[in-house]
Amino acid sequence: MNGFMALLARDLRLVWRRPGDVGVVLAFFVVAVVLFPLGIGPETNTLQRIAAGVLWCAALFAALLSLERLFAADYEDGTLDLLLLAPWPLELAALAKCTSHWIVTGLPLSLLAPVLGVAFGLDGDSLLALFGTLLIGTPTLSLIGGLAAALTLGARKSGALLALLALPLCVPTLIFGAGAVETLAAGEGLWTHLAILGALALVALATTPWAIAAALRQAGE
Amino acid sequence: MAPLSLEIDGLACRRGGRRVFDRLSFGLGEGELLALTGRNGSGKTTLLRALAGLVRPDAGTVRWLGVDVADDPEAWRGRLAWLGHLDGLKGDLSVVENLLVAQRLRGGAQDRLDGALLAFDLGALAARAVRTLSAGQRRRTALARIVFSAAPLWLLDEPLNALDMPAQQAFRAALQKHLAAGGLAIAATHAELGVEGARTLELGRA
Repeated sequence: MNGFMALLARDLRLVWRRPGDVGVVLAFFVVAVVLFPLGIGPETNTLQRIAAGVLWCAALFAALLSLERLFAADYEDGTLDLLLLAPWPLELAALAKCTSHWIVTGLPLSLLAPVLGVAFGLDGDSLLALFGTLLIGTPTLSLIGGLAAALTLGARKSGALLALLALPLCVPTLIFGAGAVETLAAGEGLWTHLAILGALALVALATTPWAIAAALRQAGE
Repeated sequence: MAPLSLEIDGLACRRGGRRVFDRLSFGLGEGELLALTGRNGSGKTTLLRALAGLVRPDAGTVRWLGVDVADDPEAWRGRLAWLGHLDGLKGDLSVVENLLVAQRLRGGAQDRLDGALLAFDLGALAARAVRTLSAGQRRRTALARIVFSAAPLWLLDEPLNALDMPAQQAFRAALQKHLAAGGLAIAATHAELGVEGARTLELGRA
């Protein structure tokens, strides 16, 4: 676990040294979300209906934006070799990298989304539901995105490939994340959706670190 | 001759459909240095990566103290210090931060930091971000990481790259100290390592 914490601390320190990298992701999220009310107009009912879908899609795209560099920086400067040669499971290193990605993107996106939800006229319960679904759903995006980032490591046009690989795999999370807020608006409980989002996160947690580690080993050859 | 710590038996590797080396066998005892030589593309780096476990060989075994390293790859990785073509440093971290992070990732002791910095005259650069250093200074930092690791087997790919004469002498001194303490080293090199008693394995010869 010491290696896991050391890698997590290193990556968070690197983000702290270059806050602009995270700032760009959050700025993209804000701009992308704000464009919708401007483009669609001030019709509150329409905005409320599309709010969860828009915010979830924008969060997904914003998370993908930063994933391309998740392993590429380590690959380019040779520190990936040090991770591959660390005397502890590479699966834990993969998990540490995804955890750091979630802390610097998924968590701030979850906190920012309710603030932006106000622009769509969402009520308090819907804003809380939005925060909850993103908090439970964004770790899945980081894990699946991490797998796509590892699989496309060293490939030409890896950013586009990464999106093509990750987006379809994120569809279930997107459906249940956005669906939860709409279910709440229809007067139904959202616990089923939250439970499914949690289950998807657990499935991703139980599978992707092994797949990421295998992809990293392949990239290191 | 010292008893063999490292034994390579029948190692073979193909890359991109091309045979890089085949039926390669050699051994290395405590305090021994093996210099890998040969032309560009002769397989020096591939051999080092295969020994480290970064590249899967097509055939052959690597044994450490008589035990196949494939039986416990994590323990094997714990015995290695790796210096590749790339320095393996984070530009936004300082020299000291890079060394400490690398050592924490290895789970190694932190008590040799001053000695490692001193060995490569990095004291004045310790707090500098690596991205502000010259290529030679970065290589010295990467070599300090090897010394800091206290691993018994050093795998070095072109360790003298970008080093000026004083830094080359510092490297030789550190290498000799490692060997004198019973350590082993395998270095791919185009330059003379200048260590007495070093064995040479030339790759790429039919």
